[in-house]
Amino acid sequence: MINLTIDNKPIQVPEGTTILKAARMNGIDIPTLCHFELDGMNFENKPGGCRVCVVEVKGRRNLAPACATDVMEGMEVLTHSARVINARKTVVELILSDHPNDCLQCEKNGDCELQSLTKRLGIKEIPFKGETSTYRKDSTLSVYRDMDKCVMCRRCETMCNKFMTAGALSGVNRGFQAVVAPAFEQNLGDSSCVNCGQCVQVCPVGALTLVDDIAKVMNAIADPTKKVVVQTAPAVRVALGEEFGMKPGEIVTGKMAAALRRLGFDQVYDTDWSADLTIMEEGTELLGRLKKALAGEPVKLPMFTSCCPAWVTFYEKNFPDLLEYPSTAKSPQGMFGAVAKNYLAPKLGVKREDLVVVSIMPCLAKKSERAREELAVNGDSDVNYTLSTRELAHMIRQCNLDLNDMPEEDFDSPLGQSTGAAVIFGATGGVMEAALRTAYEVHTGKTLPKIDFMETRGFDGVKEATIDFDGFPLKIAVVYSLGNARKMMEQVRQGNPNGYHFIEVMACPGGCIGGAGQPYHHGNSDIIRKRMEAIYREDAGKPIRKSHENPEILAIYKEYYGEPCGHLSHEQLHTHYFDKSDKLEATK
Amino acid sequence: MPPGRELEGQRGEPTLKPPFPAVSGYMGKPSNVNNVETFANVPVIITKGAAWFSSIGTEKSKGTKVFALAGQINNVGLIEVPMGITLREIIYEIGGGIKNGRQFKAVQTGGPSGGCLTAKHLDTAIDYDSLVAAGSMMGSGGMVVMDETSCMPAIAKFYLEFTCEESCGKCSPCRIGNKRLCEILEKITDGRGTMEDLQELRNLAAVIKDTALCGLGQTSPNPVLSTLDNFWDEYVEHVVDKKCRAGVCKKLMSYVIDREKCIGCGKCAKGCPVEAISRTDYTAPGHKLASMVIDSTKCIKCGACINNCKFGAISIQ
Ligand code: SF4
Ligand code: SF4
Ligand code: SF4
Ligand code: SF4
Ligand code: SF4
Ligand code: SF4
Ligand code: FES
Repeated sequence: MINLTIDNKPIQVPEGTTILKAARMNGIDIPTLCHFELDGMNFENKPGGCRVCVVEVKGRRNLAPACATDVMEGMEVLTHSARVINARKTVVELILSDHPNDCLQCEKNGDCELQSLTKRLGIKEIPFKGETSTYRKDSTLSVYRDMDKCVMCRRCETMCNKFMTAGALSGVNRGFQAVVAPAFEQNLGDSSCVNCGQCVQVCPVGALTLVDDIAKVMNAIADPTKKVVVQTAPAVRVALGEEFGMKPGEIVTGKMAAALRRLGFDQVYDTDWSADLTIMEEGTELLGRLKKALAGEPVKLPMFTSCCPAWVTFYEKNFPDLLEYPSTAKSPQGMFGAVAKNYLAPKLGVKREDLVVVSIMPCLAKKSERAREELAVNGDSDVNYTLSTRELAHMIRQCNLDLNDMPEEDFDSPLGQSTGAAVIFGATGGVMEAALRTAYEVHTGKTLPKIDFMETRGFDGVKEATIDFDGFPLKIAVVYSLGNARKMMEQVRQGNPNGYHFIEVMACPGGCIGGAGQPYHHGNSDIIRKRMEAIYREDAGKPIRKSHENPEILAIYKEYYGEPCGHLSHEQLHTHYFDKSDKLEATK
Repeated sequence: MPPGRELEGQRGEPTLKPPFPAVSGYMGKPSNVNNVETFANVPVIITKGAAWFSSIGTEKSKGTKVFALAGQINNVGLIEVPMGITLREIIYEIGGGIKNGRQFKAVQTGGPSGGCLTAKHLDTAIDYDSLVAAGSMMGSGGMVVMDETSCMPAIAKFYLEFTCEESCGKCSPCRIGNKRLCEILEKITDGRGTMEDLQELRNLAAVIKDTALCGLGQTSPNPVLSTLDNFWDEYVEHVVDKKCRAGVCKKLMSYVIDREKCIGCGKCAKGCPVEAISRTDYTAPGHKLASMVIDSTKCIKCGACINNCKFGAISIQ
């Protein structure tokens, strides 16, 4: 243990602790801007660049960055001496002097770390006037870049390169012109970006924001010739409440359904329903591949899940040689869209093109997935618009509603009923667990002795287990972060030395609960943990917890699809992948 | 640009220290990062011995030092001198004194991030510590000698422009702060400066020094701080009197024709590229033609007229 004083208070912390952590452990909150950590989720950005966290260390010539300086025995630290406050204010004033300061029109207004820092330091005017840097605006279908607002914290870069290993963003230029951009300042859409949007989730300011599609949805609702239906993803219901002042981890499923109805959606459905459908298709596909393998036929194993579109784009760009490994099952968003346009539209008595399908997703990648050409018929996308959790919250507020005041309502039928297996799709390991619940029972014909697979739960970036499938040892792995996914793909290239059969991949920290479309967590990993607890609470409270027991799912197979992985489901519920490695040529 | 991780294919910017390169450098391996000069000393120390090397120099700074002597001095070039030599010896004995018999004003040591020393430092024995104590540094071994034709705020701006170019952009005080320092200096040398700007200049320079991440940013304000300390009057003149005594800051100069001396030949007007010179209706006693006058709002301060006037009637004020 190391003894030191911070603001004259004697404290003791373990060796290797930074001044910042030591202070926070002792109730002293030193402000930061560039530093960002997701505790226990293997993400830390520590460039030591913003210099907002500087403190005075007795005997040291210069001020020290608290986030990047380890404690030492006998250290005397002052976090708010006149020298420190003056330096800290001056540094933030400098940052503001090269910033557009148009908070009123900014996507980040009210949620911006630079804004709250300015308020906290009591900065009333910026003494420095001078040139401000301006850059070209750029956008994909998911991410909008306005680098005029960039403060060079480098969080996006660390996220993109270290956590995701997508390698789309890095620092370019030097001095005053330095900024974060794709290689050769090409468009993000032409880069190796996979649209995971996690750079947006971690950006402290409005430099990286989501592409706002609210107006398009409002117009569709206002159009009397259109019938507008909505689906809501599993992870949304455990995070939306945060936008309305509720505690993280509050489950707002019923209130959300009620709010969506009041926003004017004609039918309110549930992506959980199509998550159950996904399990039927993906689980059947897995069993099919296993059967072939056991019979000695050539087959691609391990099978990877394919419900995370950032992950899909990632393997299309980075592993074009392995495109036959992931499941061909569409994501739950994609499946819902296909069912809505093919099966539901005639039922509702509307033409395909008069049915507008809207998704509410925790995700920004889904905005790009929605627009994939193969998920459309004659140019009419199966899903017409995708809104994030944050956009739904905006829309609810815009329409003078408060989620707190909403009654509890149910989803509409027939695409509304779901099981506990579906809701856990929102957390890392959930798709695996849901698939295991169904695959086990379908394969063995026996009832699972224990429905909870604890080995797939929790925040470890890589989880491995061997599941006893009635004598057959099924080797599984669950990973989140595309960096971990890359390691798995590299193993496959090396001949799958660990003998995996099935691997779940989610791009985001903790899975979709930590998605880029969720309310900003500002690095507070407890918020993501609370969302996960809520997911498993929701699962435990469901009367039915296995996808193959969902009566609405059984009914649609009986009435429409026939059987999982049958002819019609292959046509509508499965997809194929493309070699997109040319997008990486520029950076090679 | 400060040394970074270019050899590893990374962007050129410094990483956090510790760990220092000696512990974890290139590819995470212990690495020796030194100047060429340091390496060049090694063979001599090996062949002639440490005792011989230590016999040269001062208590704390052993051996010799190579300086790049430049500026308004008669002998310029690379010199190798023992540590502990005085500036006076370097400038007047080795350098042969100031050019054209002009007055010594300042010497900038240590390259762009060094400081400007004045006549009062001429007899200081120079080594690593004494230079730092005097507000400068050994740095790159640059030594630029200046006479009264050098304007100190303009010199500070010149060096700041260089560090702005060299900043890697990683930390905010250096990336934005040096740019702002430069802009304030530009204001001052343009005659738009205020006394508040001088305060801001000092505060900002001190904060950059105190907060920047690497050596470049921690030293880049030195030219500003040392000229503020040693040449405060010159800054005040620029700001209050709108005058540049060295005649360097063009925006602060005005070309004036002495109407008593002007014989009205009009050669100045013919050579003026912007037609700023016209004839008055005043003829000085003893002259035949009316004198000329310069419209300061049109004048671009090119200096052509002063060279064209054979009668010394035009001066800079
Ligand atoms: S990024 Fe933050 S500080 Fe900048 S304009 Fe937007 S809200 Fe204001
Ligand atoms: S969206 Fe994801 S892949 Fe694209 S730049 Fe951001 S972090 Fe990188
Ligand atoms: S874009 Fe945002 S996250 Fe990236 S460096 Fe700039 S401010 Fe930081
Ligand atoms: S993990 Fe979920 S939220 Fe994140 S990109 Fe994938 S699907 Fe979207
Ligand atoms: S002080 Fe300047 S050169 Fe050094 S890290 Fe900061 S920005 Fe880069
Ligand atoms: S200095 Fe040049 S521009 Fe000004 S009056 Fe003389 S010749 Fe004309
Ligand atoms: S938070 Fe410590 S340097 Fe940015």
